[in-house]
Amino acid sequence: MRVIVPLQAVVQGRGGLVLGSLIPCALFYFLQFYLRRNRPSSPPPPHSSASGSNLPELASIHRSLSRSLLSPRGSYGPARLSSRGTAVARDDDNPYYVGLKRCADDPYNRSTNPQGFLLLGLAENRLSLDIIQDWLVKNWKESVLLDDEEGELSIQGLATYQPYDGSMDLKTAVAEFMGQVMQGSVSFNPSHVVLTAGATPAVETLSFCLADPGDAFLVPSPYYPGWDRDIKWRAGVELIPVPCRSTDNFSISIAALELAYNQVKKRGMKVRAVLVSNPSNPVGSLIDRETLCGLLDFVMEKNIHLISDEIFAGSTYGSDKFVSVAEVLDAESFDKSRVHIIYGLSKDLSVPGFRVGVIYSYNENVLAAASKLARFSSISAPTQRLLISMLSDRKFIAKYLTVNRARLHDMHALFVDGLKQLGIKCASSSGGFYCWADMSMFIRPYSEKGELKLWDNLLNVAKVNVTPGSSCHCIEPGWFRCCFTTLTEKDVPTVLERIQKITKSN
Amino acid sequence: MRMYGEEHPNQQILSRIATNDGHGENSSYFDGWKAYENDPFHLTGNPKGVIQMGLAENQLSLDLIQDWMKKNPQASICTEEGVSEFKAIANFQDYHGLRAFRKAIAQFMEKVRGGRARFDPDRIVMSGGATGAQETIAFCLADPGEAFLIPTPYYPGFDRDFRWRTGVQLLPIHCHSSNKFKITHAALETAYRKAQNSHIRVKGVLVTNPSNPLGTTMDRETLRTLLSFVNEKRIHLVCDEIFSGTVFDKPCYVSVSEVIEDDPYCDRDLIHIAYSLSKDLGVPGFRVGVIYSYNDAVVCCARKMSSFGLVSSQTQHLLASMLGDEEFTTSFLATSRRRLCRRRRVFTEGLKRVGIHCLDGNAGLFCWMDLRPLLKEATVEAELRLWRVIINDVKLNISPGSSFHCSEPGWFRVCFANMDDKAMEIALMRIKIFVYRENDAAVPAKNKRRWDETLRLSLPRRFEDLTIMTPHLMSPHSPLVQAAT
Repeated sequence: MRVIVPLQAVVQGRGGLVLGSLIPCALFYFLQFYLRRNRPSSPPPPHSSASGSNLPELASIHRSLSRSLLSPRGSYGPARLSSRGTAVARDDDNPYYVGLKRCADDPYNRSTNPQGFLLLGLAENRLSLDIIQDWLVKNWKESVLLDDEEGELSIQGLATYQPYDGSMDLKTAVAEFMGQVMQGSVSFNPSHVVLTAGATPAVETLSFCLADPGDAFLVPSPYYPGWDRDIKWRAGVELIPVPCRSTDNFSISIAALELAYNQVKKRGMKVRAVLVSNPSNPVGSLIDRETLCGLLDFVMEKNIHLISDEIFAGSTYGSDKFVSVAEVLDAESFDKSRVHIIYGLSKDLSVPGFRVGVIYSYNENVLAAASKLARFSSISAPTQRLLISMLSDRKFIAKYLTVNRARLHDMHALFVDGLKQLGIKCASSSGGFYCWADMSMFIRPYSEKGELKLWDNLLNVAKVNVTPGSSCHCIEPGWFRCCFTTLTEKDVPTVLERIQKITKSN
Repeated sequence: MRMYGEEHPNQQILSRIATNDGHGENSSYFDGWKAYENDPFHLTGNPKGVIQMGLAENQLSLDLIQDWMKKNPQASICTEEGVSEFKAIANFQDYHGLRAFRKAIAQFMEKVRGGRARFDPDRIVMSGGATGAQETIAFCLADPGEAFLIPTPYYPGFDRDFRWRTGVQLLPIHCHSSNKFKITHAALETAYRKAQNSHIRVKGVLVTNPSNPLGTTMDRETLRTLLSFVNEKRIHLVCDEIFSGTVFDKPCYVSVSEVIEDDPYCDRDLIHIAYSLSKDLGVPGFRVGVIYSYNDAVVCCARKMSSFGLVSSQTQHLLASMLGDEEFTTSFLATSRRRLCRRRRVFTEGLKRVGIHCLDGNAGLFCWMDLRPLLKEATVEAELRLWRVIINDVKLNISPGSSFHCSEPGWFRVCFANMDDKAMEIALMRIKIFVYRENDAAVPAKNKRRWDETLRLSLPRRFEDLTIMTPHLMSPHSPLVQAAT
């Protein structure tokens, strides 16, 4: 009754009708005016794990949106990005990237900034750059970009167009380097090499070749967080994590792959490849020969590809010997045309700034397509020239690889022992720049939420950036990837002290 | 191309992108390159070979770059003087790029525009050459199936760079010689409406200024028309200003960056510039592409995508030093422009003497040559027939207008900045002989038919054969490099 009476007044009375329509209209316009005036100019509340972190990039998106709304000509709405562009611009919440950004703003330095952030979240090797610098000092004449005499090393060969997928000289040098890295167990053919500006475009380019948008790759997890960006963003390929367990040191299980394959098929998606890293990132373990054969059998049976990211092949330090999928292919009679290797110089040669990535494939069609796609990410000519010179000094490379491995071994041992003293055990690993640490006893609750809480405390209280297992799609909470190659021996006690501050309070 | 399944267990299934024609290498633009690759001109080694006039490369001022590098060894980490920087540079992979590098690029872009526009180093985003810049911009602004309008004639590489992996379409805005191929508001509207009628969503307009292949700069009025159009339709404007440093004659260069300074009503979120050092500095091998956007979200998105095409830190370090040397950049730009101006004049005057005209141009590394009088009929087929004669018999690789989507047959782009004076002389001589022959042949009609029968590009038709022959064919090979080796 109470509702009907005013309505009746509105419907029956002319004055009521006028008021009845005027008032809602007025309210509507006032609401619009109010909203427009008070449109938020600050970003939405950040994710809790990124507490305190300033997200200037998101803020400026809102600023630009409101500016265009208020412009006199902007009557149709803001200038929109593509939907994939918007998704990429917003993709800031992953702790992997949040942590990296905090460190970049305030990096630790033992002498100049001892309170800064300790960067244990970036797999970068600073242990052996001095060896390379020494080589340059002694050999700058060989590596120089320009020759004084007229000849091959003039500006002509340096500044002008090169083959998009790298010069044959560099391909040859890189193929030989890969052979040295694998300690002579396998040799690589330069004409199967496509060079790109880093392993990031190598992985993306290969994804564009092997899959259509909406297709899927099976990826044993935990896996390198960067792939979520490199493979999904523009190539539009879905990554299906195939969980591995701590009970068997996160080894790949063919049975689990089989299960995942069938599940994906049921969803109507097409699996195009299995993607693995060997040595594993983030675990650091090596894939044994038996498993490699199992993988090759699996992909052959399903008529799909196998992508093996072997970017840390030269950074092994354990007692286990690294076996490349190339070695298994050479020895056994598997179908080579479905196997592709991703490699690069960023890790093993410690030169991530130079941007050198490799797609190594036995498939002529993939090579043909990838070499055309390489035009979007070619290696800079001066860098090609420097590396041809450096990699051709095989004696130096052999010495560098040996010394680097020894240093990795020592730093790994020191760090893992130190963590053990704090009651933190690591998965058994033989390669890579990191250890895979089990901090599950320090997280509350035993869930991703608890893990991110610990990560947040480590980052914002202890100022130690590590990568939480959830960023790597690890199914068991509490695991963290801790890189030790940006540290010196003297930094290790500092790191452990800071970690202990947090773990003690937990 | 699609599933083979169990019937062909050894057939590896590749993606659509890997197996379609999106790479654009089947275009006639690249056919000429193939002819050059098979028979490259060399002054002493192969004087009857094909002269490469289809590659827009600036080799006239590389000596200046070389001199600078020799005088500034500290800029390179491979020298005694510069090696102390090695560790920091080799380790640097931040996708923001070296601050000094961005500052130097911004400075250089300002200098190219005579200081009439300011560039913020924090908006400089790296990419894998201009190729990578165009692709990244397309990824940021448009979804698959959406379109950009582009005035014809345009650089064939856009068909690949802007469309191949992005799935974005390019729809032509037809321009005509009657008004010197200027972009008109009517043409813009026509193109836009046509897209709408086909239910294609237009996300922006892509222009090149200075124009490739025309060799002309856009006047202020046209830029204002464009700005007004995109603001009205709420779509983006992408300006490829890769040849901005090659403006060697009047009228003075006007960049979109200058015009928006004068227009307070222009929504800057719609404006984006693609740039590179490949043409202005003549260093395509360095792979330096730049995206400069006035839209914060685009800067953010493009910067993240720059991981797929970062500039080598070694190169960044070198260029930070080179482009930070104001004295050098001022003198380089002046000298380069002077040499380009002179070279163009020599070429166009040589052409004029045999009755061939080019569109009046004041920029770029090429001329837009008018061979319409030599066409028997105003069709694309006639143009391609003439072009095959020029490749096979005159032995010059020039690019037919149809490969640039020009709506009028008979125009050809001829590059003049990638050869020395002697090669230029020989090219002009060959053109002279050809024109005289054509004029003689014009009298007896049956001679004309003989030309037709001999017209065949003597190359295998199937693309696969070509890739097997020369897998690296489609990477441009600089003719002067060939001459030296």
